[in-house]
Amino acid sequence: MSIFSIAFMVAVVGVKVGIMVGCIMLCMAMMTLMERRFLGFMQCRLGPNQVGYFGVLQPFADGIKNLFKEDFTPAGADKILYNLAPILALTPALFAFAVIPFGPKIETIANYNLQIYGEPIDLGPLSNLVAGDINVGVLFFMAIASMEVFGIALAGWSSNSKYSLLGGLRAGAQMISYELAMTMSVLSIVMISGSLRLEDIVHLQEGRWFVFLQPLGFLIFLICMLAETNRAPFDLPEAESELVAGFHMEYSSLKFAMFFMGEYVAMLGISSFATTLFLGGFNGPFGPSILWFALKVFFLIAFFIHIRATLPRFRYDQLMKFGWNYLIPLSILNLVATALVMTLLR
Amino acid sequence: MIREIFDGLAITLKYFFKPKATEDWPAKPHKVAERFRGRHFLARYSGGQERCVACYLCQKVCPAKAITIESEERPDGTRYPIKYEINMIRCIFCGYCEDACPEDAIILGKTLEFPTRSREQMIYTKEMLLALAPKGFDGKQPPEEDSHRPHAYQKSQEPKR
Repeated sequence: MSIFSIAFMVAVVGVKVGIMVGCIMLCMAMMTLMERRFLGFMQCRLGPNQVGYFGVLQPFADGIKNLFKEDFTPAGADKILYNLAPILALTPALFAFAVIPFGPKIETIANYNLQIYGEPIDLGPLSNLVAGDINVGVLFFMAIASMEVFGIALAGWSSNSKYSLLGGLRAGAQMISYELAMTMSVLSIVMISGSLRLEDIVHLQEGRWFVFLQPLGFLIFLICMLAETNRAPFDLPEAESELVAGFHMEYSSLKFAMFFMGEYVAMLGISSFATTLFLGGFNGPFGPSILWFALKVFFLIAFFIHIRATLPRFRYDQLMKFGWNYLIPLSILNLVATALVMTLLR
Repeated sequence: MIREIFDGLAITLKYFFKPKATEDWPAKPHKVAERFRGRHFLARYSGGQERCVACYLCQKVCPAKAITIESEERPDGTRYPIKYEINMIRCIFCGYCEDACPEDAIILGKTLEFPTRSREQMIYTKEMLLALAPKGFDGKQPPEEDSHRPHAYQKSQEPKR
């Protein structure tokens, strides 16, 4: 590979990552507004609608407000870990987007023969709508998504507060319990598609989404998705009625905002992942594929909010019992049944 | 348990599309109740004469001591207030002055919001209170038989805005 090719690739990926992070952050801001307004609608009120048309400037007003708050560090906190935890909560959530394909490969660009000083330039990175087109995308996503709990657990540990510590502990225990069931449900998709590359999985779903082949797997994935992102009814790490605010109790200013952003970006990421695996990804009957992708993600986010408006929080023992006694056996059953059916159909 | 979850989801979805309880205040006016007690006014007879006879009953009954009256006598022997002040910051809008008034002179209107930029402006003088009286108020006495029925003024006036 020539030096031009490498430089070109780095530049293209850099630009792509920049655009993606911008779009994700904007989506995240709009998601906070959407959540507040939708929750309001479901509670017979309007929600924030005063700042800008439909309240669209509310997230930015909140961001500016957060910026000017006092950056507080509790006495006896582990300074390094305390400052590192919010970064660890946000960055893995952003990393996870690297493998999500937002649209199909643009063949005309990929087949174009570009040469600089007689050296052929690989136009692969420019032609596909995914930042890092690796062939173990599923594995990468699962690994990065489970890293998000480190930020939460470390925040709980380093804050030197009993409530924070309990929140961090719960986050860790919850993540271990629900990661297993989630991986099993994803594994059955991998078995059907025979590939760990997300774009291949999307192309296999043309005309027939995997949710129709794996309804139980999708249900398990939905439940684990809520648990993975610490959302209601699995929001035990930040259970405000028992733990005040849980793991982010001692945080303020931009550090708190980073936990908040991390949670919402993680929601967005895991919704994108669910869309890619089960709901046909960017496949749509007509129009630009990225809009179909966005529409599916939107409905999953609305599902998150709908669940939050409806269901009360689990008790800790109920959470563990549900995870280990029902969800994991069910997911193993689903995996075995999928394997059996696949063997019989072969 | 699964059925209950779906029932709950259906309820929240139903409420999502229901009309909301929130009022778009202050963009749209708040609709006050029929017997709402808002900013006071001093009424006149249809001939134009002030109804207030400076009997001091409202000043006496006022639990917040918001009313200050000074009286004088006309040449024909009738009495009238030369000074009638209501301190709107002190007032608790209990409506006792309206109940106590034998002449139906002081009446609580329906104005909900009347903010000012200074405390001095919140002390309403007699002229201000007289000017606040609505045109439609013809000076009828309230029905004697049932004092809990809406006042003649309250029946006739919609919130004006």
